[in-house]
Amino acid sequence: MRSAKQWTALKTLRTLLLVPILLVGVVSVQAQSPLYGVGRTPTDNEIRLWDIAIGPKGEELPVGNGSVDMGSELYLSKGCAGCHGTLGNGGIAPRLIKRDAGPNADPWDYGRVLPIRSPYATTVWDFINRAMPLGAEGTLTADEVYSLTAYLFFLNDVVEDGTELNEITLPQIQMPNRTNWEQVPDWLPGQPRLEGYPY
Amino acid sequence: MSQKKTDRREFLKRSAAVAGAVGLGAVKPALGQDHEHTPVAPEPGAFIRGSNEMTAYGSRSRFVDSVRIPHGGRESPDAFGLDFHIATPLQDSVGEITPSSLHYMGTTRGSFVPDIDPDEHRLMIHGMVDNPIVFSMEDLKRMPSVTRKHFIECAGNRSRSSHTTIQETHGMTSNAEWTGVLLSTVLKEAGVHADADWVVAEGVEEVKGASSIPMAKAMDDCLLCYGMNGEPVRPQQGFPLRLLAPGFEGIFNVKWLRRIKVVDEYYMTYNDFGHLTRDPVNAALGYQIGPKSVITYPSGGQQLPGPGFYEIGGLAWSGGGRVSRVEISTDGGRSWKDANIRGTAEPMAHTRFSFEWDWDGAECELQSRCIDEIGQIQPSRQQALDFWSTDGERATFVKGQDNSIQPWRVASDGGVHNAIS
Repeated sequence: MRSAKQWTALKTLRTLLLVPILLVGVVSVQAQSPLYGVGRTPTDNEIRLWDIAIGPKGEELPVGNGSVDMGSELYLSKGCAGCHGTLGNGGIAPRLIKRDAGPNADPWDYGRVLPIRSPYATTVWDFINRAMPLGAEGTLTADEVYSLTAYLFFLNDVVEDGTELNEITLPQIQMPNRTNWEQVPDWLPGQPRLEGYPY
Repeated sequence: MSQKKTDRREFLKRSAAVAGAVGLGAVKPALGQDHEHTPVAPEPGAFIRGSNEMTAYGSRSRFVDSVRIPHGGRESPDAFGLDFHIATPLQDSVGEITPSSLHYMGTTRGSFVPDIDPDEHRLMIHGMVDNPIVFSMEDLKRMPSVTRKHFIECAGNRSRSSHTTIQETHGMTSNAEWTGVLLSTVLKEAGVHADADWVVAEGVEEVKGASSIPMAKAMDDCLLCYGMNGEPVRPQQGFPLRLLAPGFEGIFNVKWLRRIKVVDEYYMTYNDFGHLTRDPVNAALGYQIGPKSVITYPSGGQQLPGPGFYEIGGLAWSGGGRVSRVEISTDGGRSWKDANIRGTAEPMAHTRFSFEWDWDGAECELQSRCIDEIGQIQPSRQQALDFWSTDGERATFVKGQDNSIQPWRVASDGGVHNAIS
């Protein structure tokens, strides 16, 4: 395959370079304490209100519960269908249902469709929560976001009809692309983007 | 510069001085295109009348009409007042700095520009730190600051054969002088845990655009910017606070920044999802802008008045560091000569170059090529397409960010055209 060798060499190089840097980092980290004392400590409540980026482990997910059934109703009542299409396609907004790619399809053949291509269920919950519906962002309750997420996963055969999701079960969903993607490699200052590209 | 050129330039300068001193209609200039008309300007009574507005805040000449344009086939603003992508008029650029009012703009999916009262704005640093901190803008301005020139470029800044001007082919990059606090300064103040590898940076706009950034970058040169070109960052650029991740694709430079969370894994935010790929090569190219350059004059859509001397000018930049060399070809890439680097090349900053050129009036193709301080060389379009081609399939599209060489064809009538096929 094109550049597989280059890639392995690059990974090895980066690992070798990273080790001493991490060691230096550990030493300096231990010495850290506030130097300037400017600013104030946020309250737990302030942090909770803003802590909306949901990592793969789902630690930031709020307590809540939603279902495919509720999601199918909300998909219409919240206006999702208006932009994304009644069945998750054919609208002016991005497609939300996988393309038909045959019985033994590679998940990448379903198209650039968030609720099927994303490696993590948490990314789907996160995006609906922060950025939908258009023009009324931030108005959905946690339960509504769980429901809409469940419905989109049902549309894409990720979960069964009747599924309920909460802060514990959502991160446990095994998305078809869970490991079927390439991590962005370690970045180091002063390194080429990719050894040998393309010269 | 050759002796011949020096002599001619001296002669030109002297002729101009003589023409200016003698005045209207006294002599016709011996050289140049402007044979018939030696104006005395301004006309009597033609002056810009002082006003309180002009005293308070200056504006450009009414004869200067350089403007930005919507980019990428989508309206900015749209019917709802959302902005998407707006391209800067590089064809008119001189020097290295893009005026703030002409700086390119990109948004995640089409976004309102938040109207933020800086007194009400806060930046929170939290997550895997010993001391979470909330900064007001006043707090941040008390912290040690730096001022640096950096470019930003949208990953989608690519030349297509349908583009006619440099504003379309390259207008999604700009360069400004940024002032603010190093992200490393506030991260050290907060005390980052040893096992933290990433930060998530997030804005306050309605999509709350967020990106995962590697800790090595966060600790290296990322900047929390409140200043831009000597004044507060403009609203379209993230007022009152934006992140700068120098040399990284535009989307990492989070605007209207309110939160940095220190975490131990890649968060796969919606912005990150845009980089999702299963090709390790494509993934490796997903952060850092490659070495790139473009000739701004003469460029597509411009018209050369006739054969003779021209100073070719352009901009070069790289996400890998300083520009160390720029080369020019006037024969379609067959031979290359060094351009002059103007001023001092700074890391991850637009660097202006120039090249003295005598055009003989024959059709030709101009190209520029950037080489950066870590040895990366800007590829030709051919080289980039070769890289992405496989045994069975010839690539017609450069994946990811396209930093390939821009060819401009100068026709024998002096018209300049995009030579991308």
